[in-house]
Amino acid sequence: MAKYLLLKHYRRSTRPDDLVAVPMDQWTPEEIDAHVGYMNDFAAKLEETGEFVDSQALSPEGTFVRYDGPGRPPVTDGPFAETKDLIAGWMIIDVDSYQRALELAGELSAAPGQSGEPIYEWLAIRPFLAEPPTVTECQASRAEACCGSSSPLCWASSSVAEPTSRRPRTPFRRL
Amino acid sequence: MAWRKFLDLVRSDAARRGREERLLAEPMPGPTESADDTLELYFLCAHPSLSSASAVALTLRAVGGLTTRQIAAAYLIPEPTMAQRISRAKRAVSDVRFDRPGDLGTVLTTLYLVFNEGYSGDVDLAAEAIRLTRRLAAATDDVEVSGLLALMLLHHARRDARTRADGSLVPLAEQDRTRWRSDLIAEGVELLQAALARDTVGPYQAQAAIAALHADARTVEETDWVQIVEWYDELVALTDSPVVRLNRAVAVGQADGARAGLAALADVDPAVPRYRAAAAFLHEQDGDLVTAARFYVEAAAGAPNLAERDHLTRRAARLHQKIPRPKQPGGDTG
Repeated sequence: MAKYLLLKHYRRSTRPDDLVAVPMDQWTPEEIDAHVGYMNDFAAKLEETGEFVDSQALSPEGTFVRYDGPGRPPVTDGPFAETKDLIAGWMIIDVDSYQRALELAGELSAAPGQSGEPIYEWLAIRPFLAEPPTVTECQASRAEACCGSSSPLCWASSSVAEPTSRRPRTPFRRL
Repeated sequence: MAWRKFLDLVRSDAARRGREERLLAEPMPGPTESADDTLELYFLCAHPSLSSASAVALTLRAVGGLTTRQIAAAYLIPEPTMAQRISRAKRAVSDVRFDRPGDLGTVLTTLYLVFNEGYSGDVDLAAEAIRLTRRLAAATDDVEVSGLLALMLLHHARRDARTRADGSLVPLAEQDRTRWRSDLIAEGVELLQAALARDTVGPYQAQAAIAALHADARTVEETDWVQIVEWYDELVALTDSPVVRLNRAVAVGQADGARAGLAALADVDPAVPRYRAAAAFLHEQDGDLVTAARFYVEAAAGAPNLAERDHLTRRAARLHQKIPRPKQPGGDTG
């Protein structure tokens, strides 16, 4: 099982560079109902299949902020412009495979929009960086799962001439 | 109908004089020892030195007896984080001495915050708030505690009609009033009557009176908006709150017409939350659909939760359907 973040943007649409997504206040109330209903049903289905982790909507408000030096308050730069990068929200899923994540993202992207047509919206999928596995010596039975360990138990190291280097440990905790 | 007459009576001078004489003749009942302990616990958990988040967490844990896991789930926060919040709050109040009366105000604010959170997963925080406020009301005869309990009951009574099964909001004018719980309304009204009869009106009683006037009406048109405005005037005098002024402007719009409502709105700070939603509503009532739609769109963008955002988006969409579309420049429209 692996966790993926599915990111929705306010203005991303049928082409990644496009800003033509029509704001929902220009749809008919029935089209809005159909869209919201589809999203709710999708989340409910994922709860049922045991794949749902989280779902959040983000306000378009907010700002960029950074440290401005010792003794100074943080400096802000806002509000956000309505570009294709303005994140509208996310869904976090925990699924058996990358293929399943793609499949679910495809379904989410098919939510109905104007005239009942699917919105064909581009979503972004980002894999979570997971916890390191408990077993660091490679017990993998397949090459794809090999972590590059130099342990004599490692399947891969018994079949390659040179010892492979250890995978570096992540210096920070899981976010 | 009877309730409205009662509220009028409450505010008449003759009645006030009569009540003062009766109250002076009655001895004040002293609190029992267990009531004292209960009160102390409330004061401790909602101590003014604690942040609202800490006071809420500690009150739910130590007074409410909810588990840390339940509280964490109710507020959608990881359990270890909530456990820490509660531990820190306990440490912060561990050396509080009760050498002077506790602050009932922060206790009431804390309970009000819990009530406003509503449903969250398995825990009905509104019901928990009512339960805790009932216990507090049994331990003290403070009139604002009664006011808060009445307010909670009168709101809770109408909750089922406010949202549909899919979580979408139902505006007041469209609510099915047969889904209002008349038993809770009756209890709230009785509590409020007793509180107001003691003639020390406070903000929670005033809010409860407004809720009672809504609960007493069979339709939004039959609602005594004029008296609601008077109670908002009372609330403004008591709290000077910009949010109250905003809500008052909407009530003025219902009582005296949209133009009067918009005039009242002009005195409200536009930075107040939900200002744009109120402006949208008043402009719509005034027949200015273009301005109303623009405000609904802006209000949706600034909405703090999805239910409100969807509701405001739908209202904007509905108006956009009614507004004639401008002709496309230089091309045919057919």
